[in-house]
Amino acid sequence: MDIGKIREEFTLLQNRDIAYLDSGATTQKPKQVIKAVEEFYQRYNANPHRGAYELSVEATNLYEETRQKIARFINAKESEEIIFSKNATESLNLLAYSYGMENLKKEDEVVISIMEHHSNLVPWQMVTKKTESKLSYMYINEQYELTQEEIESKITDQTKIVGITHVSNVLGTINPVKEIIEYAHKKGAIVIVDASQSIPHMKIDVQDLDADFLVFSGHKMLAPLGVGVLYGKKEILNKMPPFLMGGDMIEYVYEQDTTFAPLPNRFEAGTQNVGGVVGLGAAIDYMNDLGYETIHKIEQELTDYALQRLSQFDYMNLYVTPNRENHSSVISFNMKGIHPHDVASILDSNKVAIRSGNHCAQPLMRFLQTDSTCRASLSFYNTKEDIDQLVQGIEKTYKLFEKYMKK
Amino acid sequence: MVESLSDVYNDLIMEHSMYSENKKDIAEADYSEMGHNPNCGDEIKLELKLNGNKIEDMGFTGHGCAISQASTSIMIDTIKGRTIEEAKEIISTFISMIKREITDEQELQKIEDAIAFKNISNMPARVKCALLAWHTMENILQKSEDGSEK
Repeated sequence: MDIGKIREEFTLLQNRDIAYLDSGATTQKPKQVIKAVEEFYQRYNANPHRGAYELSVEATNLYEETRQKIARFINAKESEEIIFSKNATESLNLLAYSYGMENLKKEDEVVISIMEHHSNLVPWQMVTKKTESKLSYMYINEQYELTQEEIESKITDQTKIVGITHVSNVLGTINPVKEIIEYAHKKGAIVIVDASQSIPHMKIDVQDLDADFLVFSGHKMLAPLGVGVLYGKKEILNKMPPFLMGGDMIEYVYEQDTTFAPLPNRFEAGTQNVGGVVGLGAAIDYMNDLGYETIHKIEQELTDYALQRLSQFDYMNLYVTPNRENHSSVISFNMKGIHPHDVASILDSNKVAIRSGNHCAQPLMRFLQTDSTCRASLSFYNTKEDIDQLVQGIEKTYKLFEKYMKK
Repeated sequence: MVESLSDVYNDLIMEHSMYSENKKDIAEADYSEMGHNPNCGDEIKLELKLNGNKIEDMGFTGHGCAISQASTSIMIDTIKGRTIEEAKEIISTFISMIKREITDEQELQKIEDAIAFKNISNMPARVKCALLAWHTMENILQKSEDGSEK
């Protein structure tokens, strides 16, 4: 695969002289996605599901075809199992309100991992407090991984919901979600998988995983900002009350009562981000054309190279599992004696974009006994030169601080 | 984009960030105030002892980036020994400098060493690090005012 050709498709990388290493926050968008959105607004824009005229029907078709495309992409049984949302956060809030609030009782437990993003943590705090149920955590070992022992000691007969991130947005650890799901099902719990950090990098098969729910954001997988997905098993979704009320999610509305539309519309109140959905469809086409095999190969080579370069510094602390096969393409690090924000600022002046901070994972930071880390997250459109630029920036940062450290 | 890194990471800022004599607890402090930037994890505790209208002693503890730590330490150097009114004046001048509302060197003389942060406005992502201690100090002075009104 010609990396130069890939990079040509990402206009921003041509327009800005920058080593963009923050794809875990949001990816850049290929021309194909930008063009699909533009074309939607230039040729197909109308409110779907509403008009009897041809234009609205075409808009509806584009919207519904994308739903089918996503169902095929993650191997859902039926397209009604795909619900559009704003992002993974909204999908998780939908689950907290429409599933958690409805099903949790006082003696029940919700189990999540210590490496959850706030979006798969704060909603469960809210629901467990309101239902007076218990929220408990699966902790990681010194290799930044969840062990089978930890999983089995935390998921109990009281557990009704397990929330687990497929890949940690801080550590890059790939969690054994299939095993977690299998064990949770034995205990009678349902499992919610946050695939935000995995679906840009690896094939997701919801039937193979047997996930009850799976969520992700479009913008972390080449699609426009503002569109996300909730996958849910039809038999569970059918029993859940709506999350947001309004237009498009109803059947009949009387003065005092309403009957709700069937799946998937009952969870899609109001006019949706159809342009964004169309863009997500184009992103999936792009990923299918490139193929997960190619994506994986490029990203793993880059990650190997980055890990090798970064681990040569004795002042470097890498928050990365030594088991390469359990690690994705997110690298968190700290430089001894230098605060991550200073590192990120100095890298920025070296035209390297990384993220520093707590990465929406404050409980994990506390567990790691730090208040923040630097994070470089890679994508297939990055190059070895991007990594070299990062390494140069790190060396420059150390040099700047070193002379004051000696005093 | 910063033209030169040393405009921001200059000697004074770096030295204060690595070692500060102001990093200490104050015995029998009259005011103790936490300041934090939750997004960065920067966290400081400012302690202040008053003698009448005068800031007799000040210290800070906590952790954060070089900018937030140095800014706290330099602020203490600048306002310790001053009256509350003088301190307020210095704080408002510092904040105006960061917002680029004051550029006149003459006027900036009153903030003494804190002028070292003049170029932080070239690094917009770090402005809140430089302002943390100063906003925290504003809260303390507000409390002392509210207290005196009682």
